[in-house]
Amino acid sequence: MSTATDGPDIVPGPSVALTVGSVGVDDDVVDVPDATRLTMGWLAAAIGAIFVAVVVGISVGPISVPFHRSVLELLDHLPLVDVDSGLTSTEQAIVWDIRTPRVVLGLLVGGLLAGSGAGYQGVFRNPLADPYLLGIAAGAGLGATLAIVSGMGDGLGILDPIPVAAFAGALVAVSAAAALSLRRNGTTSPATLILAGVAVAAFFTALQTYVQQKNADTLRQVYAWILGRLSTSGWDEVLVVLPYAIVCGGVLVFMVGALDVLAVGDEEAESLGIRPRRIRAIVLVAASLATAAAVAVSGLIGFVGLIIPHGVRLLAGVSNRRVIPLSFLFGAAFLALADVAARTIQSPAELPIGVVTAFIGAPFFLAILRSQSVT
Amino acid sequence: MSRTDRSTGRPPAISWTDLSVRLGGTEVVRDLTLDVPAGTWMSLIGPNGAGKTTLVRTLSGALHHRGSIEVDARDVHGLSVRERAQALAVVPQHPVIPPGMRVFDYVVLGRAAHQGVRCSPSMLDRRRTVAVLQRLELESFGDRRVDTLSGGERQRVVLARAIVQDTPLLVLDEPTAALDVGHQLDVLELVADLRTERELTVVTTVHDLSVAGQFADVVAVMADGRLVASGAPADVLTPETIGAHWGVEASTDVDHDGAVTVTVRRRRESRAPSPTPITEQQP
Repeated sequence: MSTATDGPDIVPGPSVALTVGSVGVDDDVVDVPDATRLTMGWLAAAIGAIFVAVVVGISVGPISVPFHRSVLELLDHLPLVDVDSGLTSTEQAIVWDIRTPRVVLGLLVGGLLAGSGAGYQGVFRNPLADPYLLGIAAGAGLGATLAIVSGMGDGLGILDPIPVAAFAGALVAVSAAAALSLRRNGTTSPATLILAGVAVAAFFTALQTYVQQKNADTLRQVYAWILGRLSTSGWDEVLVVLPYAIVCGGVLVFMVGALDVLAVGDEEAESLGIRPRRIRAIVLVAASLATAAAVAVSGLIGFVGLIIPHGVRLLAGVSNRRVIPLSFLFGAAFLALADVAARTIQSPAELPIGVVTAFIGAPFFLAILRSQSVT
Repeated sequence: MSRTDRSTGRPPAISWTDLSVRLGGTEVVRDLTLDVPAGTWMSLIGPNGAGKTTLVRTLSGALHHRGSIEVDARDVHGLSVRERAQALAVVPQHPVIPPGMRVFDYVVLGRAAHQGVRCSPSMLDRRRTVAVLQRLELESFGDRRVDTLSGGERQRVVLARAIVQDTPLLVLDEPTAALDVGHQLDVLELVADLRTERELTVVTTVHDLSVAGQFADVVAVMADGRLVASGAPADVLTPETIGAHWGVEASTDVDHDGAVTVTVRRRRESRAPSPTPITEQQP
């Protein structure tokens, strides 16, 4: 035992950590608030944004429905709730069968893209990472193009071959990137994985372009798919995406603490007691499945997976405990609102939603960036 | 395999036995056998490329090697990542500072090995973090961003994370390389105090021979991957040893308590006045 511990209040042994007076410690905890925890204020703001998006989304359209009546109509569909919205049966059908599924799909797709983007950025410790980093976009694009040019029809709901082909293409691409980046001992480094993703994306894009050019008659349809849109046929698309949103979203939110540890790099994270490769694999699988599901039903909607997580990071702090859940929620609200703009600005024609996300998102993001860098 | 220290009855904090490590085809550590007795401060010294940092990195269990590595009489390969993180804390030479992360949030990461799979800090984790921040006089820094701190402050913050980890063994890789002499001493005195308070075993790699000679109980000299000397500073840090392995002319002062100060003189062909000093070239 050490001979130098002659102070009376010094507790020997490494298992006892507090060598300063532990009496004052309780009071001092207040001095260092847990800034990484998701606060009720932020949660309320995010849910408020979603509420606004839902109300606007179901009320705005060629046939205008009063806000309060459409909210009542939604409430009427809740279990155990029976209210009279005062809408005609046509208006009820517009609200519940046309607009609501589309709003919900916008919420799901936006949430999945933004949440996955936050996950990718956390895993790669790279602010430029987005959900399409590992070739998902190129793979989905090739799958969808093949389905379109082979003349397989549209509008068959869950069995529609285009989303199925896009989903399969996305998973093939990201799996190829992961497999190609593996070393002989079964490990990989983030940099190798990103480079493999770039190579796979280039290859799949080349194939997709070739197929697209060979079939000029479907060019417009392919192009429309690539630009992304949230068209729905009832609730089918929502039901396709919902399981991925629940499972992948749950996994990502579960991993936020480990992702914060991973921020110090693999070697230090391991010395702190976590397993970086395992955490990276779990997060990448969840984020890639989520992205593939979103892309399958909506095409390639850019920008959401990049600007929403960064906006959240700038406003609410860098901890993944906040960034990932808030990215899901704000991404959901953002895309649902962007879709309202996409279908109303040139009504009855629709703008590609990717145009709207970039058009609204870029200035909004720059405004946040500038306001933060001044302080 | 572990050799119990006769004077304390405790197994060594670290035992490297017949250790060899190859990195990129070169043997960086060769047939090294060295014990770090529990409760001591050992400084690993040696010229650049001697293998000091590699030897320290073997404790993570990630490097391929021959021979055995035991921490507290347990083979490092038998330990899970988590058990290893509960046995030893590392202050890396070049820590990765995540952009935008606050000091408190950074230091509390040291509790990860004591948390569940979600790595969610409990109230106890946060209290211990506050206590360590107070001990290291960093309590007013909790809300500052780590990437805005000065070199000395940052070094204390990284040290705080290692202390929060609450391990019996603390490994510091070149802890003072980026600091001026005043801040070097601040950090080292702090490590010395913490070591006494918490009965830590401390292993540091250092370049500054006087730092090794004044803070360590045991100095181990590596050269070309081999252990060439180890023992009390006054026995190891001699002008002969320093001359043989660093190729410099040095003189040493040994205090009454055994601390050694090393003074290194400028290297010259000859100390006799040279007729043409300007054209003199170093070998």
